[in-house]
Amino acid sequence: MLEIKNLHATVGGKKILKGINLTINPGEIHAVMGPNGAGKSTLSYVLSGRSGYDVTSGSVTYQGQNLLDMTPDVRASSGIFLAFQYPVEIPGVASATFLKTALNAQRRFRGEEELDAIQFLKLVRSKTKELGIKDDMLKRPVNVGFSGGEKKRNEVLQMALLEPTLMLLDETDSGLDIDALKVAADGVNRLRSPERSALIITHYQRLLDYIVPDFVHVLADGKIVKSGDKSLALELEEKGYADICAA
Amino acid sequence: MAISQDTIEQVESVSEKYKYGFVSDIKADTAPIGLSENIVRFISAKKEEPEWLLEWRLKAYRYWLEMVEPTWAKVDYPKIDFQDIYYYSAPKQKEKLKSLDEVDPEILEVYKKLGISLKEQEVLAGVEGAANIAVDAVFDSVSVATTFRKRLEEEGVIFCPISEAVKNHPDLVKKYLGSVVPYTDNFYSALNCAVFTDGSFVYIPKGVRCPMELSTYFRINAAQTGQFERTLIIADDDSYVSYLEGCTAPMRDENQLHAAVVELVIMDRAEVKYSTVQNWYPGDKDGKGGIYNFVTKRAACRGVSSKVSWTQVETGSAVTWKYPSCILQGDNSVGEFYSIAITNNYQQADTGTKMIHLGKNTSSTIISKGISAGQAQSTYRGLVRMGRKAVNARNHTVCDSLLIGDKCGAHTVPYIENQSRTATIEHEATTSKISEEQLFYCQQRGLSEEESMALIVNGFCKEVLQKLPMEFAVEAQKLVGISLEGSVG
Repeated sequence: MLEIKNLHATVGGKKILKGINLTINPGEIHAVMGPNGAGKSTLSYVLSGRSGYDVTSGSVTYQGQNLLDMTPDVRASSGIFLAFQYPVEIPGVASATFLKTALNAQRRFRGEEELDAIQFLKLVRSKTKELGIKDDMLKRPVNVGFSGGEKKRNEVLQMALLEPTLMLLDETDSGLDIDALKVAADGVNRLRSPERSALIITHYQRLLDYIVPDFVHVLADGKIVKSGDKSLALELEEKGYADICAA
Repeated sequence: MAISQDTIEQVESVSEKYKYGFVSDIKADTAPIGLSENIVRFISAKKEEPEWLLEWRLKAYRYWLEMVEPTWAKVDYPKIDFQDIYYYSAPKQKEKLKSLDEVDPEILEVYKKLGISLKEQEVLAGVEGAANIAVDAVFDSVSVATTFRKRLEEEGVIFCPISEAVKNHPDLVKKYLGSVVPYTDNFYSALNCAVFTDGSFVYIPKGVRCPMELSTYFRINAAQTGQFERTLIIADDDSYVSYLEGCTAPMRDENQLHAAVVELVIMDRAEVKYSTVQNWYPGDKDGKGGIYNFVTKRAACRGVSSKVSWTQVETGSAVTWKYPSCILQGDNSVGEFYSIAITNNYQQADTGTKMIHLGKNTSSTIISKGISAGQAQSTYRGLVRMGRKAVNARNHTVCDSLLIGDKCGAHTVPYIENQSRTATIEHEATTSKISEEQLFYCQQRGLSEEESMALIVNGFCKEVLQKLPMEFAVEAQKLVGISLEGSVG
């Protein structure tokens, strides 16, 4: 599904990613862990196409196509969803409107019929119910005045509605209490399927208790320095990054 | 009400070119170029006006000759040669129109091209069961068709071209014309008084709630024709009317002058909602061409507990100079001003309002949303004046500016004059930039860059868009997207 080869990227001229190699097959969940400044968030932004994150060499193939040629909205409509570490506020735009606009933009891209207001409402209500999210969130402007937990729940709701093929979670667990963490994990687990993959970026092992990864990678100084299975995360928790990175 | 899917589609489907840039080929009955007493007489004669109106026009003309063009606004444009303008141009008609079927098909075609795809198209086409919107279409200075007149007549509502009102309701016109905006008021209103060609007249009798939205479309068609329309709305005691004005002009290289005057007279407990969607040709991306829009709009809340709301969505014109104002004379009267002004490329807008509080317990609300993109300059200029007798008067003002890119400008110039010890005046102002973060967030959910921009800007304008009548809110949202095209990147 996703094949990253020798990826180098800079932010504001500074080298951040220094040769990432990573292959994600359909149905797999990969966790990327690492110390602050290792390039974890940069990786998620490079994959989603944010401007200012410049790829200097290497390649990324997504579903057989050159991902780096696609604009951010095309990547999104092709099934790449980034759950933001810091979800952005959009004053005056109701969450429901935002969701409907996004969903229909993606459906249009895929040549599917757009949903009208009634169909949409039915769909979104089924998702909020599934995830245990209160409907009043839909009426409020996107992320405006939301608590940290609410913002992350909103991300999970968007993800559940847009049903991406590749989920990128950028430190979704940061700042969450245990209940919110469970909602987030539940959202991802519900979407797990043999066709769907995820790349989970996190500092802590904690989230991985709820979303059990197939692979764990340690990112340090712009490179993947170690890969393993779930046990690697536990090992990291015990020994800290310094040991692993030095090894 | 926020952006709809429909909006996004519309935004997508519109090309970079100004959509309304076409010229209709209708034989104009045009006055010779330039301005003189003779031209004023020509216009008055063309309209078969009574002597008193001609005299009034001539007084205005002579007064105008002594006046100097104002320069205090933060707008910059080449000096206008008032002798290089045609002041009268009427589409040729065979004879008086009895029904819509007799409207020149080309004129109807123009409306079609305009994309008046709201209910008005049907209304204009005379479709049975079309929505309750009455349209008085002003096509180059002459009202072509007034629909729904019969339904309105049943309620005693008068809605007709002002030239017709001069003939059929001379007492009302004589009593109120110029009573809110006298010919001595300012340079452009004086000019308007001298040469106005047509416009709409509305009278809502006592106790009547107008059964439908009244709507007028203005278009400037012939090259170098200034459009000087004049609108007069009188809401008698305990009446209500909602009026919408929409404008488009075809693409021309020369700048075209538009100097309209709108007067509203509001009696005891009456309410007028006046909404404007203005998308006149703003000039091309290099700042060539476009309309000069110098408009005087004023409402006099004469009666107790009378109320007026100005809602405007200004996306067009090269230069805008416009301050819809409220004179709150009656005790407990209420004035509201809700404005969205979008400027892109080289557009300039100096717009705002004046709230003149004279009566006791009068209150006013101003919400202004200015959006600047490209090299545009947008200024909010507003006056809040509390008179000596304005006991317990209140004003609340919110001015928000949004900048897109780093070459545009937003300016806020509030004037506050207070002679009342018990008045409350509040003023809030913010300026923000559309953030890369917001754009990326929307794009990451599947919206294109321009769709993202339209969504964010519509969110910014939401408070004002909500004030528009439903049918027009949708159109206004589309306009927001369309007028910001090319502002990204």
